[in-house]
Amino acid sequence: MTTLMEKPAAAPSAWPAWFQAEQSAALAEYEKLPVPVRKDESWRFANLKALDLSAFVDANPVASEGRLINASTGLKETAAKLILGNNALLHREAGLLPKGVILETLESAAANHTELFKKYFMAQPVELGSRKYAALHKARVAAGAFLYVPANTSVELPIELFQWVEGANASVFPHTLIVCGENSRVTVVDYFKSADQLPAFACGVNDLHLARGAKLTYISVQDWSRETTAFHLNSTIVDREATATALIANFGGAFIRGESLSRLVGEGSRSEMYSINPVEGTREIDQRTLQDHVAPNATSDLLYLNALDDKSRTIFAGLIKVQPGAKGTDAYQKVKNLILSDDADPNSMPGLEILNDEVRCSHGATNGPISADELFYMEARGIPADKARRLIVNGFFNSLLTHIENDPLRLHLEGLLAARLAIG
Amino acid sequence: METKPDLNIDRSVGDFHYDVDYEFDAGTGLTEKTIDYISDVKEDPDWIREFRKEALRKFNSMPMPTHWASHDLENIVFDNIRYYLSQGTQPKRSWDDVPEDVKRTFERLGIPEQERKFLAGVEAQFDSEAAYSNIKAAVGEQGVIFVGSTEGLQKHPEIFKKWFGKVIPTGDNKFSALNSAVFSGGSFIYIPPGVKVKHPLQAYFRINAENFGQFERTLIIADEGSEVMYMEGCTAPKFETSTLHSAVVELVALKGAKIQYITVQNWSANVFNLVTKRGLAHEEAEIKWIDCNIGSRLTMKYPGVIMKGRKARGEVISIALAGDGQHQDTGAKMVHAADETTSNIVSKSISIGKGRSTYRGLVQIGRHLKGCKNNTECDALLINTDSRTDTYPAITVRGKENACQHEASVSKISAEQIFYMQQRGISEGAAMSLAVNGFVNDLVQQFPMEYSVELKRLIDLEMEGSVG
Repeated sequence: MTTLMEKPAAAPSAWPAWFQAEQSAALAEYEKLPVPVRKDESWRFANLKALDLSAFVDANPVASEGRLINASTGLKETAAKLILGNNALLHREAGLLPKGVILETLESAAANHTELFKKYFMAQPVELGSRKYAALHKARVAAGAFLYVPANTSVELPIELFQWVEGANASVFPHTLIVCGENSRVTVVDYFKSADQLPAFACGVNDLHLARGAKLTYISVQDWSRETTAFHLNSTIVDREATATALIANFGGAFIRGESLSRLVGEGSRSEMYSINPVEGTREIDQRTLQDHVAPNATSDLLYLNALDDKSRTIFAGLIKVQPGAKGTDAYQKVKNLILSDDADPNSMPGLEILNDEVRCSHGATNGPISADELFYMEARGIPADKARRLIVNGFFNSLLTHIENDPLRLHLEGLLAARLAIG
Repeated sequence: METKPDLNIDRSVGDFHYDVDYEFDAGTGLTEKTIDYISDVKEDPDWIREFRKEALRKFNSMPMPTHWASHDLENIVFDNIRYYLSQGTQPKRSWDDVPEDVKRTFERLGIPEQERKFLAGVEAQFDSEAAYSNIKAAVGEQGVIFVGSTEGLQKHPEIFKKWFGKVIPTGDNKFSALNSAVFSGGSFIYIPPGVKVKHPLQAYFRINAENFGQFERTLIIADEGSEVMYMEGCTAPKFETSTLHSAVVELVALKGAKIQYITVQNWSANVFNLVTKRGLAHEEAEIKWIDCNIGSRLTMKYPGVIMKGRKARGEVISIALAGDGQHQDTGAKMVHAADETTSNIVSKSISIGKGRSTYRGLVQIGRHLKGCKNNTECDALLINTDSRTDTYPAITVRGKENACQHEASVSKISAEQIFYMQQRGISEGAAMSLAVNGFVNDLVQQFPMEYSVELKRLIDLEMEGSVG
């Protein structure tokens, strides 16, 4: 493992002039667009109180840089690491990256790889309700991570990104842009972390682009402080015979609004969308998804798991859209809510819009408590009820982690989950 | 297999109309004057007149729900609609007394014959008012009331007023407000405690006039331990202009009562069918909606059950068939408000040609409830490449001692299935017809015999030269 430290090519927070002009336009758009109301279908059941952003302020430069870099630990072996804090680059290690792979801040990519940047940066329309907040993101984004894997290139070890927020009411705008060339392979783990248990605001975008035959595994480990309000707007574009596997683990945050769009634009493409959401207290996770089948013979598989305790809330609104030309579509969508408390409030809206008859499509939503039999079995073996409950929740989420093929990565995620559920 | 079957669903049964002289006509458009006209003709008590005017204000103030519903709603021109047409407000008790021009319509639709054969009572509504209303003497002697809404209001105000507008408030949605403003016709039914009505009661709704809006209002109260089955059918001729049908149906099942409400909707393809239906189930009561939508241009209908008492049960069985140019936007609402309440939704839809079928569902289980269960199954069958189906459920199930599951699937008729039948000498058309009937068969079997035969006939698909 390399300890080589490299300074970025361009100075941080320095966008080219043409992008600064786009940012001014985005700010005007943010100000012009109305704040969503409950009547908007894409905000049905939503808690609109979370949209009051007046308490949040500009983030100052990170004060405890060394501490955050030291705390940016993940997998034992990685190909590269990028650490960002409060909208600036803190640290970059990229010694084991194959030739031609670009991993740098967005700002430097805009200057050094302008063509690529212009082609892929926020190239997808925001369709799941948060246009206003995508405009805010664009207006305020600085630093961010840009990864480009050229055609026929495999990055064997995972790449890790750490995006930190520090300070009371600080606002951050994390951005991850991943462009996978034809037949390339890469795994990325994106951590969102708070330096302290304080209120903060994060408004992030991550866009994944997969060219023909590419294979990308993208893991988002969202571990903001329990007082953070965060938007995470994701889009994934999958071309012919490419496979995208995206797993979003929402461990932190007071209010999380996640929007994930997966567009299957090439024949035979595949998109896997997974999410695990342990929620408790008064935390709230509001997720909207779209599986947009444009091309024929593509597959999408969505599985979202929520375990709700105390007075927590979840909203899942998913849609499978099969466009008229997408014959041979195989699409699956499922949300499962494990209800641990009488006061928890899960809302599920699993939707389908099918405009072609040659499809295999199904969706499901289930709600249910922990089985009394399972609990009894464990208690009969001397495991206290509270621990038994946490073990069952752990097992519930672990069933999803089996979809992760990379062994060290899966073990690492199992460890993070066990730590999150205080099982030890 | 690329098939372009020419599917002709038999929707023609009701496609005829006779010229009728109307004694009362409120003209076109909707103002307070229209309300006064209706209230004068019907000799409404003052509280109803005021109720109607308040509803009109609500209707005018509410926006069209196009933020989620079809924009086709914008094509309804409320100013061009005739809101009240009748030959008099008192229905006849004998078919002999029904005016000839109205009677021949119902005879052609086979209503008097069905009544003789298997019904306990019939009401036949022609445009705004019932032309005929009668129950078998034996049923009447048990204390069962089966009359039109106007008569119910005038002769049984103590029961009527207690429940009217209580299950579906005026402002529930824009079209329930419209109905509350101009309602006329529909049934008022009361079943005394312990009475089990053996044979179904039937209402038949007929639209005869062009540019007409039919706004019937039905209120059924099943007192403790009673049982009733109510069936409604409907037809209209196919006019060039659009017709509006906007009913409100409220059911109240008191402790231990059972209500089954069966609809076979076969409006012509120019009818906007925007109906609000909801039942209130008390302790151990059971409300079952069997809802079959075959006709209309746009149907928006989501029968619901509010399970208010312990162990109450709600059920919706829904079949929708959307042909070219039709949009069947149907579904169900289940609101669990007491312990150990259970509900079941089974929806099957078939989209043919450019037809679109939509399932919209709402399931709510409140917190601090125990032992509640919901099961929802939605299956969609697509016949052609450009057919469309959508599913939009919304599920809020709180409380850790409750359970809910929702499943939906979309499929097409498999080429192997058709091939298999063709191999055995069955034409492609007949094979498709068998496959579609097979798809809905388990639901159709829940219908009373006479209706399941009717339904199979309606879903009889005629296909010629279908291989393209």
